[in-house]
Amino acid sequence: MSDVVEKTLTALPSLLSLDSHSGATKLSSTSKLGNLIRGITELTSKHEEEKLVQRELVSIKEQVSSPNTSMRQMKELMVRAIYCEMLGYETSFSYIHAIKLAQQGTALEKRVGYLAVSLFLNESHELLLLLVNTVLKDLQSTNLIEVCMALTVVGQMFPKDMIPAILPLVEEKLNHPKEIIRRKAVLALYKFYLIAPNQVQHIHNKFRKALCDKDPGVMAASLHIYLQMIQDNPEGYKDLTASFVTILKQVVGGKLPMDFNYHSVPAPWLQIQLLRILSFLGKNDQSSSEIIYEVLDESLRRAEINHNITYAILYECVKCIYTIHPKSELLEKAAKCIGNFVLSPKMNLKYLGLKALTYVVQQDPKLALQHQMTIIECLDHPDLIIKRETLELLFRITNAQNVTVIVEKMLEFLRVNKDDYTTIDLVGKVAELAEKYAPDNEWFIETMSTVFSVGGDVMQPDIPNSFLKLLSEGFDSVEEDRKLRLFAVDSYVSLLQGEPGKLPQRFLQVISWVLGEYSYLSEELEAATVLRLLAKLLDMKSTSSETKSWVLVAMTKLCEGGAGVSVAQEVCETYSSSLDTVLRQRAQELQHLSQDCELRARVLPRDAGLEPLEVDSSLSFLDGFVSEALAAGAAPYKPPHQRQEELAQSKALSLEPYGLSLPISMSSCSIADRQSPTLLSVSSGLSGDSPDLSHKGGSTTLKLDGVKRVWGREGYLSQREPVEESAHVEVPSPLRSPSQQGEAESSHSQTPATTPTPQPEQEKQQLASSLFVGLGSHSSVCLMGKSEPTTQRFRRKAKGPVSPSAASEQISNSLVSTPSTANDLLCNNLLDSSVTSELSVSSPEQTSQLSQGPAAANGTCDVELTDGDVKESSPSLVGGNSVVAADPAPHEDPDRPEGLCLNTHLPAELSGLCHSEITPLCSNQSLDLSACHVQKEDSLALVVFIYNSSDSDIQQILLELDSDELEVSCVCDSAVQGARSHSVAVCQYSLTVKRPSVHVEVVGMVSYQFPVGTPQSVQFSYKLPLTGFIRPLTVSTEEYGTMWLDFSHDTKQKLTLISDGQEPLADTLNVLKKKLQLHVVEIIGMEGIVACRLLRDQPCLMHCRLHAGTLSVWLRSPVPDLPDCLMYHCQRALQEH
Amino acid sequence: MMRFLLLFSRQGKLRLQKWFTPVTDREKKKVIRDVTMLVLARPPRSCNFLHWRDLKVVYKRYASLYFCTGLENQDNELLTLEVLHRYVELLDKYFGNVCELDIIFNFEKAYFILDEFLMGGEVLETSKVAVSVSVEEADTLQETMEEYMSKPAY
Repeated sequence: MSDVVEKTLTALPSLLSLDSHSGATKLSSTSKLGNLIRGITELTSKHEEEKLVQRELVSIKEQVSSPNTSMRQMKELMVRAIYCEMLGYETSFSYIHAIKLAQQGTALEKRVGYLAVSLFLNESHELLLLLVNTVLKDLQSTNLIEVCMALTVVGQMFPKDMIPAILPLVEEKLNHPKEIIRRKAVLALYKFYLIAPNQVQHIHNKFRKALCDKDPGVMAASLHIYLQMIQDNPEGYKDLTASFVTILKQVVGGKLPMDFNYHSVPAPWLQIQLLRILSFLGKNDQSSSEIIYEVLDESLRRAEINHNITYAILYECVKCIYTIHPKSELLEKAAKCIGNFVLSPKMNLKYLGLKALTYVVQQDPKLALQHQMTIIECLDHPDLIIKRETLELLFRITNAQNVTVIVEKMLEFLRVNKDDYTTIDLVGKVAELAEKYAPDNEWFIETMSTVFSVGGDVMQPDIPNSFLKLLSEGFDSVEEDRKLRLFAVDSYVSLLQGEPGKLPQRFLQVISWVLGEYSYLSEELEAATVLRLLAKLLDMKSTSSETKSWVLVAMTKLCEGGAGVSVAQEVCETYSSSLDTVLRQRAQELQHLSQDCELRARVLPRDAGLEPLEVDSSLSFLDGFVSEALAAGAAPYKPPHQRQEELAQSKALSLEPYGLSLPISMSSCSIADRQSPTLLSVSSGLSGDSPDLSHKGGSTTLKLDGVKRVWGREGYLSQREPVEESAHVEVPSPLRSPSQQGEAESSHSQTPATTPTPQPEQEKQQLASSLFVGLGSHSSVCLMGKSEPTTQRFRRKAKGPVSPSAASEQISNSLVSTPSTANDLLCNNLLDSSVTSELSVSSPEQTSQLSQGPAAANGTCDVELTDGDVKESSPSLVGGNSVVAADPAPHEDPDRPEGLCLNTHLPAELSGLCHSEITPLCSNQSLDLSACHVQKEDSLALVVFIYNSSDSDIQQILLELDSDELEVSCVCDSAVQGARSHSVAVCQYSLTVKRPSVHVEVVGMVSYQFPVGTPQSVQFSYKLPLTGFIRPLTVSTEEYGTMWLDFSHDTKQKLTLISDGQEPLADTLNVLKKKLQLHVVEIIGMEGIVACRLLRDQPCLMHCRLHAGTLSVWLRSPVPDLPDCLMYHCQRALQEH
Repeated sequence: MMRFLLLFSRQGKLRLQKWFTPVTDREKKKVIRDVTMLVLARPPRSCNFLHWRDLKVVYKRYASLYFCTGLENQDNELLTLEVLHRYVELLDKYFGNVCELDIIFNFEKAYFILDEFLMGGEVLETSKVAVSVSVEEADTLQETMEEYMSKPAY
């Protein structure tokens, strides 16, 4: 069939060019569209086309607005308008007419009208509201075609706010006798689920009915909804696992009508959908996985025909097998399957094979070994896509031994690559690998230089930043540091002597910083030489003014000696009259400091990178100035939030964008570029605001929290953060000479034996052995980012004045945590033999711990309380128990004797607040974990109780928490501690919301070690509803009025009313008030207004109106998603009542 | 889920566009330009899958027409290739030996067929018979005789 199509189609282009007239005539003899199209194809230039189309549009415009145009003609006009729009011309005048056509035409005209609407408008277009009525009418039509059309358009686009208006009608269609209508209705509901899940959450039982529909098509359609719902919440649908398996078995067994076959494969779309659902259900769940194994096996067996569609199914099977709980027999089969993909001569299959491998090597790196020769071939493949995917695979198997080869390959690719998106991605990966596995200084600096010159100005800014940070903080030994810096200086000087004009700006900035900071290390290099080189940069046209200011700062650090000063003076003259104020300021600084050596030595001390910077954050030296100004009548200082509030009250401006900007920009000036222009300008800009973002006065450590947010691309930093510490571990350099590498290779007996081969073949073999070194069963490969037990050359020193004891604690800490983490993350025996003595992993807490400094050391953990009233919640906060109401039902384990008395371990400062019930998280033979949350004014405190139920003391406990929706920060340095036998350790975290979601979840891991024995770890997760973060917001009705108009995100819904009392509205609102802690502002007749906030500063307003026995609720907030989530909880609260 | 479907000629002329998620006009133009260039630059007999930003692009050439879709990350590329093929089969069945001209001159019909086949970026009807039946039904029930005659003869 397909061959026929292809042949016919191949024959046709000639028809198009030679015989276009007659061909077109045959198709549409007289139509105006035909004329238009023919007219356009005859034209030769773009300009002529434009003229013709514009003329056409003018005539269309004239006709559509004429009252005499019939609907028939209108339809024809619309088709022409669609065509013009497709060519890229503006036809917005016709949109309204398209809607009119959909409204008034007969069925066929209507169809074109709907088509035009769906092509012209998108979900947010305001004209779409006009369509709602038409859709409503058509849904009720007796003409099936009209119903179909309405459902089709609903499934494509529908204004979110109007869903409730048509939802009942769509639901009704689920019972329609025609299966096509049922199926379209299901897909329309799927669309609703995607754009507004809480609007359809009350009809889940209807989805279940659709799943059981007698028509396989309707059932298949409902799977789309289920896939989505199960992806969001796999726990809720475990009971359906067996049903899905049965369906899949029937499909695979060929029980469906022949209609559904595609190239004699039974319903492949359905199969793949089911496989995807099953992999979500079986993920991390052994018991569910066991139900799935058999059908997977059968699917693999049945998919034999050599056709794309069977390969599609196989690929999905393999993905499923590697996602669910592993079973060795199936894994073997899947591995064989991947082999077939990789070895296939078809490009598409090869590509997918490589993709599957990247996915699989995380669990089984040996599989990559099996296919090493194919991988090498793919590495030189002419198709860039294949090459790119191969590099991705190599990235996953990189270790200290093969890093040079792999990075070389990546850089090779980068040099020819033109796509920015790929460059950004790959450059990041190279930088990561270089930092993690660099074998020596020269290599590291050279690689980073290539990264900077290739990555240029598109790469992520954190790459140069963290490189500089690394240089400035130094590593293990002073001597090593010196060598590294010296090498950097030397190589940069030679770069500048070459052709600096070709280097990207970012690289120039890095170069000038390094030269400014470290060029004194080089003995034969004179400051004046460097200054001259830098001055040359200033003269180049291509240099941006940002770079210029970096250069000027570097010069300021360097200018000394007669020659140097004269160069500096020259530069000053040019730039002290620059139009750019920043440059002018730098030039001034340079001028003053170059003349005053003493001052310069004080302001810019040499090698200051290692010293923590003392910041007088209270800016006390300005006190005199301030009091003078005040005396002279200046307005007193107001902190930003106060200013904003006033602004909001007076002008009702939106508060959103300003909230965080100042603290972030402060933290963005990391210590590394402490003396960079960025910092200087930022801090001078900030000086007025200091009291607000000051560190505690006179503290000697730098505050580091917040740094993560600025520097991190997600996922990237978490791998990088661990490098932060363990300064005191010895580093045997993992440098390997080629001969040593050869030795390593010889140990790979499983390398496929090949017969003696000609030269190119041998080269490949050699490449293979250098690429795949270290992947054998006894070598240490760890592919999961966080726990890298391999040797790491570049380790950062712990910063700040950490006391020796603290430092040693960190080390032992990392010793404990690493192997256990790794054990836990990897399913099988990858690592057991590979734990080397140099470990360098820390937890995120490490940083926060450092930042908290000694001040927080006398924190509040381990507080033993015996007061009787600890458990009592504060009466002022309404309904302590109700906080728990929406929680996953807390169940007390009978064999947990400590369950009740945990309350007494609640930290003292939290005991007065209302807290949720203490829920058990997980337990094993030695540890029992429980947690509860406590509502504080501006955050939610999560308290984790670790009960040591074993007979021996645990010395080191490390707790790591992470969450997608929440910001988790440790309240005190309690994250690391020990627990005596049969006693409880308490950790406290403060949670704030990053982005609202109906339920939020914190996942965590406890790593611990007994004095004797191996390290262990336990994982857990803690789920809580968003209501824990909701606080009442007290506002007056007037304030409410102004706020209401400002908020952009809203949602509306009808809720059930509690009508058993005298005043249904007041009763209902009281229930909401009690359960969700809302503040009822006022009730006026049939309307009520309610306000609350998400923690401190994210308000949400609610407007309720009694209408025909239901409560119409309208929620508004400046925060996206918040209204939807809150609506969900309101609904729940009222249902539970 | 499919994000978009584009049909364009070897010369890069757009023949049909369908967007399954809301996209602004500017963004649409950018996607069309980028993806068209990307696909047209591919040498023959190379892999049918590409990356564009965070999307996977799957394309296939049928004679002078390129069929091209943008997918989300978890979608199955091979299956999508078959979706494209099935669409071509459907067009072929409707027009009878479909060619680019059929799609140019009757693009609204091509859209209708697509609407019966895909809905919201997911396959609505996997049975080939059912799709053509529902398209035919809609056509014959409603078309006047004249329109019926102007339909391509097969």
